[in-house]
Amino acid sequence: MMDRGTTDMAVTIGGVRLANPVMPASGTFAEGLSSVVDLNRLGALVTKTITRELRTGNPLPRVAEVDSGMLNAIGIPSKGVPYFLEHTLPLYRQWVPPLVVSISAPSAEHFAHLAAEVSVPGVTAIEANISCPNIEEDGKAFAMRATSTETVVRHLRAATSLPLWVKLTPNTGDMAEVAKAAEAAGADALVVANTILAMAIDLQTFKPRLGNVMGGLSGPAIKPIVLRQVYQCARAVRLPVIGCGGISTAADAAEYMLAGASAVQVGTATFLHPGAMIDVIDGLARFCALHGMASVTELVGAMKREEADEDDVTWAEPVA
Amino acid sequence: MNFCPSVVRERAEVLSNTLVNSEYRHLVAACGPLAASAAPGQFFQLLCPASPGNAPFFRRPMSLYGADPAKRQVEFLYKVTGAGTRGLADLHPGDRLDMMGPLGRGFVLDPAWKSIVAVGRGAGLATLAPLAQAAQALGIAVTAILSARRPDLVVSDALFRSRGATVLTVTDTEGTSGPAHVEGLLRGLIGQGSCDAFFTCGSSRLLRVQQRLAREFNLPGSVAMEQQMACGLGMCFCCVRDFNVGGEIVHKRVCWDGPVFDVLEALP
Ligand SMILES: Cc1cc2nc3c(=O)[nH]c(=O)nc-3n(C[C@H](O)[C@H](O)[C@H](O)COP(=O)(O)OP(=O)(O)OC[C@H]3O[C@@H](n4cnc5c(N)ncnc54)[C@H](O)[C@@H]3O)c2cc1C
Ligand SMILES: Cc1cc2nc3c(=O)[nH]c(=O)nc-3n(C[C@H](O)[C@H](O)[C@H](O)COP(=O)(O)O)c2cc1C
Ligand code: FES
Repeated sequence: MMDRGTTDMAVTIGGVRLANPVMPASGTFAEGLSSVVDLNRLGALVTKTITRELRTGNPLPRVAEVDSGMLNAIGIPSKGVPYFLEHTLPLYRQWVPPLVVSISAPSAEHFAHLAAEVSVPGVTAIEANISCPNIEEDGKAFAMRATSTETVVRHLRAATSLPLWVKLTPNTGDMAEVAKAAEAAGADALVVANTILAMAIDLQTFKPRLGNVMGGLSGPAIKPIVLRQVYQCARAVRLPVIGCGGISTAADAAEYMLAGASAVQVGTATFLHPGAMIDVIDGLARFCALHGMASVTELVGAMKREEADEDDVTWAEPVA
Repeated sequence: MNFCPSVVRERAEVLSNTLVNSEYRHLVAACGPLAASAAPGQFFQLLCPASPGNAPFFRRPMSLYGADPAKRQVEFLYKVTGAGTRGLADLHPGDRLDMMGPLGRGFVLDPAWKSIVAVGRGAGLATLAPLAQAAQALGIAVTAILSARRPDLVVSDALFRSRGATVLTVTDTEGTSGPAHVEGLLRGLIGQGSCDAFFTCGSSRLLRVQQRLAREFNLPGSVAMEQQMACGLGMCFCCVRDFNVGGEIVHKRVCWDGPVFDVLEALP
């Protein structure tokens, strides 16, 4: 196909205008990336999840490589809110893209307090990582169930007037119900999804390959699963869905957008190729231009799903 | 707006990749000016080629063994241990090596020093090697204590000698590599005024010896630490280690806050 000019790459996600639909996934990005790539090219900047309490993170080893992906049990080594407000926030002011702050807490009340504390100038939106354990439900992640999701998102909604993005866990069997609950409780966008709970064992030592035994799987290995979940969520809600899981290339991003994602987050791929997000942005622009799209938003949910007419099925014919 | 990276990812051309002894290989690659300006103690994240049955997912951290800004070359000296380094060993001249660097904070030499001591073991000898040239350029004398299991596994000795360093090798098979013997050597060097600072890498036991001596004689020192890494850019927090900073235990990222740390802050 011929290049039919340039495509407008801007998207609007839950009230936030982004120059393009590509941003880092929480916990896989920090200012260190600015030594390799120009952060001003990104659609948004997303911080590592912060918590109110000081945390040191999990025992070593905290990562392990598996086929086409990685396991991590980093924990959330957070330096707390004052450190974030005094150091991290001023640091990020040097870059243009909107700043999204990821937060997490062990209860709905704590979540609400934290959301209020980080609703300060310089922060464009809040991403609530509700894939973390809820102490009020025996440590089960909020986003495992529609009821606990609804409760925590209502508390968050009441605590901040900033756009509220809610990040779901892929470990629930009830993705669409959880997505609907977040929408009903006032979320402005959904991030789908966090890592998939997994493990690996070393055959030489018979020990688990993570200090924490279980951890989150990310990278190319999870893409088809999360792509399916994005599709399910996008069909279940009217909210914009941000796809996140195993995206390494523009082709991956385009696939997510066709499935219904309005934007994408890139995580693990950046560890291997620091310029991965830039490549995704440029590649996506080329892909859209090639398909004659005036706006990248034309990709969103554009997957064609026609019921096959029985008479049209010719491929099953045996060749003589 | 002009964006100026301080770290580059590039596909460098392998110029040579030769066996040094039964365990180590020496790889030389042609690279751009930024990578070739890497400093001693800094490292690169190498994307190791997959070999049959092995597909290393993460990049592998590898210390700078040598850099030549004029020739635009970098060198690595590595021990073949697992999937990643086996993949590296398969590279031939003309192949491309995807590398990202230079990364981390390297060694700092104080021009006021007259002489330093470098104490390393195993792959740590590769990390310390580029100190020899940097010290020579500043007119600082170097004594290198190189430790290995066997005499034939000592690496970097020729490089240290070619830069005018005095080399003492200690090995397990000769019974000279124990901490007590190395401590004796170090006390001798301190006694004759040949140790204004310690530089070390590759052995917790030898690190402890130097920490003791650094306290006793009030000498500065630096240690290059290792830890498994994913991003190499301070983003993922998988490479944290505990450090003792003024009596308080703090976590630092080896890739970003190091890999070179104050010898007294390190916890072996
Ligand atoms: C800053 C730094 C500089 C280094 N410089 C050198 C050098 O100059 N020469 C050299 O021979 N080795 C060096 N190492 C060690 C080198 O990174 C490992 O030997 C290498 O990663 C092993 O990979 P593998 O796939 O062959 O082994 P595997 O055991 O299969 O590796 C499995 C995983 O563990 C990690 N890993 C294993 N051993 C180490 C280790 N010692 N340190 C960190 N991660 C490890 C690997 O990166 C990989 O993620 C350095 C390590 C660090 C952190
Ligand atoms: C090392 C690491 C740390 C992470 N930390 C966080 C975090 O702090 N908060 C969060 O919401 N997600 C975190 N994630 C999950 C990612 O944001 C993302 O949802 C997941 O990795 C899937 O995307 P990917 O396959 O592109 O990596 C982390 C992932 C990794 C690999
Ligand atoms: S390797 Fe990612 S923070 Fe050090």
